[in-house]
Amino acid sequence: MSDKPVRAVKLNVINEPKDSYTGGKSSLCPGCGHDQISSVIINAAWENGVEPHRIAKMSGIGCSSKTPAYYLSQSHGFNTVHGRMPSVTTGAHVANKDLLYLGVSGDGDSASIGVGQFIHAIRRNVNMVYIIENNGVYGLTKGQYSATADKGSKKKKGLTNETQPIDMCAMAINLGCSFVARSFSGAKKQLASLIRAAMSHKGFALIDVISPCVTFNNNEESMRSYGYVKDNDVELHTLGYIPHFNPVEEIEVPSGHYRDITLHDGSTIRLETISEDHDPSDTMAALTALHEAEVAANHVTGLLYFDGSRPALHEDLDMVDTPLIDLGEDELRPSKEALNKINSGFRG
Amino acid sequence: MGIPSSGKNLFPSNISGLPTWYIIRVSDNGYQAPGNFTHIQVLFNKATWEEDLEALEPGTVVIWNTDSKMPMTREDVISYPVPMTKIARTLNPKLARMVANVIYVGVIAELLNIDQEVLEKAISKQFGSKVKAIELNSEAARLGREYARDNLTKIDPYLVEARESETDQFFIEGNEALALGSIFGGIQVLAWYPITPSSSVAEGIINWLPELRDKDGKATYAVIQAEDELAAAGMIIGAGWAGARAMTATSGPGISLMQEFIGLSYFAEIPCVFWDVNRVGPSTGLPTRTQQGDLTMLYESSHGDTLHIVLIPGTVEECFEFGWKAFDVSERYQTPVMGFSDLDLGMNKWACKGFDYPDTPMDRGKVLLTQEQLDAIDNYGRYRDVDGDGIPYRTLPGSGLDPILYRGTGHDEEGNYSEKPDVYFELMARLKRKIMNSADDLPEPLFREEKECEVGIVYYGSMENIIQEIDDILEETGRKVSQCRVRALPLHSGVKEFMERHETVIVLEVNRDAQLNGIMRKEMPTELLTRIHSVAYSDGLPPRATLYADMILKVLEEVGA
Repeated sequence: MSDKPVRAVKLNVINEPKDSYTGGKSSLCPGCGHDQISSVIINAAWENGVEPHRIAKMSGIGCSSKTPAYYLSQSHGFNTVHGRMPSVTTGAHVANKDLLYLGVSGDGDSASIGVGQFIHAIRRNVNMVYIIENNGVYGLTKGQYSATADKGSKKKKGLTNETQPIDMCAMAINLGCSFVARSFSGAKKQLASLIRAAMSHKGFALIDVISPCVTFNNNEESMRSYGYVKDNDVELHTLGYIPHFNPVEEIEVPSGHYRDITLHDGSTIRLETISEDHDPSDTMAALTALHEAEVAANHVTGLLYFDGSRPALHEDLDMVDTPLIDLGEDELRPSKEALNKINSGFRG
Repeated sequence: MGIPSSGKNLFPSNISGLPTWYIIRVSDNGYQAPGNFTHIQVLFNKATWEEDLEALEPGTVVIWNTDSKMPMTREDVISYPVPMTKIARTLNPKLARMVANVIYVGVIAELLNIDQEVLEKAISKQFGSKVKAIELNSEAARLGREYARDNLTKIDPYLVEARESETDQFFIEGNEALALGSIFGGIQVLAWYPITPSSSVAEGIINWLPELRDKDGKATYAVIQAEDELAAAGMIIGAGWAGARAMTATSGPGISLMQEFIGLSYFAEIPCVFWDVNRVGPSTGLPTRTQQGDLTMLYESSHGDTLHIVLIPGTVEECFEFGWKAFDVSERYQTPVMGFSDLDLGMNKWACKGFDYPDTPMDRGKVLLTQEQLDAIDNYGRYRDVDGDGIPYRTLPGSGLDPILYRGTGHDEEGNYSEKPDVYFELMARLKRKIMNSADDLPEPLFREEKECEVGIVYYGSMENIIQEIDDILEETGRKVSQCRVRALPLHSGVKEFMERHETVIVLEVNRDAQLNGIMRKEMPTELLTRIHSVAYSDGLPPRATLYADMILKVLEEVGA
């Protein structure tokens, strides 16, 4: 017996160690923002006490979409096809509405090839967390600009981007998305709060995370480089997430104005205003904040817009309480009498 | 009246600004395809007047609307002029243009000796509870009949007589039969995007689901009208991955768009069902006309080496049967299943003997739901061929049982990413083995064989509805021809045996490129290939027996059979 004191493994509210939420070793470039996000996802899922096997990891194609291999190895996952993760998640969600769908996508995946599916998943209010790991470039194909690359961005070698970018948050707000946030892969504390809140949200929760590409988009002219974002990031709120199962955990004493928002599962999100008293239920205020940041070439981060009252897709469909996949043959196949009735009805 | 008859609506891709035709075939032999020429023509529409009139054989009966202000330019036809619009106007000036359509129904009924009582029964059935519409249209038919009686002298030979009625039969479209079949197959998720001629499959399902599948007023299913066919495919793959029975219904252009996803479901081995109600391609093609032009595409959908199970109903009864069976096959083999119908079968009404209740319980395939079941599998891996039949076991998301990250990239037997040559080679070999193994488990071919066994015809799908007429025409020329109807791909071993029994085999199909012929040439043993000949023809119209029979005779003459 060793006389060295055994350090107790810290457990979460469902008595799971953090190891239950980790994944395989990342094969992304060392220092990639995406790896920081993966570690935040692991922490957020652990802190929220979600049963790991009740999470479904969804992704498309690209550097970001490889990351589900690096977290939550006790969860089933589906690395689908380029830009089409929203439709696959929609189908899975209606088939089994009780899982927590955690989608991770990139800017190529969501803003270009998959922009149509992104839009329609928001329109349907599919109950899922949707994280865009946004770096403005196509990494896997070695550094082409994506549709979110800022106008005027310059690559290490080659041309300046002259095309107008798509702001995924502004688009989502215009589409009526019920949870819209922006964060930065280096702002781990804020990102963790946002992901934890998104996991509790009922409906489509978008978190657009600026995640610098260390290989192809990290020169100082790029507005998505680590140095640029760190210097120009305007934090809209600091967030303290108050989980419903433990109301005293992780509260930060707010300074100045704050606002509490109750999420669907009873948990509360607390927003502390730094720059101004932003009202996240105000569409115009959210769009204005995005616009002002764009004009000032800043990134405004935090929970930009929130509406907890929109019904999610599975509610609109008015399905039975049991997830469809748990229904048995007696509930799925109508009776012989029903068919006899149909036959005789047609015979008139 | 118990008279075997069938109707076909020929319509353009338009809502109401272009002409449509309706063809009725009345045949004591029960032939349901359009005949090779017209016996009675109603001329009503100015736009097609000259063309339709020109095409008629001498002696055809022409009932024409004198109020259309178009000339009767043929003297070699039997002409019955009727002021249809004027008569209708006496009944209701506002609705005269519409009611005029029923005036000629009365005229025809009088000329063919159909009782007014029969007409009114049909009108009542058409308009249901709309009493005013029933009264108006019944009166219109009566006026038409009276006009014919008072003003026309019948000089044609045509009459219809009542027959001993087969009371257990009814008319139904293939698409509605398929919709019902899918519901009896336990459909859980329908994702679809509207496209002619498949929309009525999805609409049929939507229409019947509440009555057949609601539980305490709640849905035991989910229906999503997707933003496009790509999303519809993604949704059913997501649902199949989660463990549900999911399907989509589309036509060729939709299958084209779904190619990438079909490859994913094949490679990741996810059950899902795709129904293609074939219309005329390529591209937008003739959107409201019929063809068997998608067979090869369905069989080999998506890039790389792929192969898919295709179910091919030929009757409305089979649309129902294969509708429920498709889910069993898809879950048993963990692979996308393609259903292959066409516009002719799907959107026209066909005589139906009634639907048979599924004779086997649902087959959910090799799904492991508990830890005990998982532990009982020796050396489990998501993609390991434990049983030697090419079909692996799977677990479902949410179960916590051996979770993996499903992927469209290369993977080993555990589901981990792999680019190793032997791993890829073995995986592709197993997938092929799995699909080919299904052949004799799928709906078997149906045979009608002559004793002589000289010439055999291999055909499929809606060709079933004209094969009897083709056979009768060939028999009149002294040809005794056997038939084999293929009902699934990959080809059942019975097709090869049929070929071994027949010296000359003609593959009959409604397309340009002889697609089944091509598949047979690729898959049949070399020594049988000299026996295969093709009759493939497609012009967009529903197949006509005479045309194909003539082509068959020509081929037989050419090969000296």
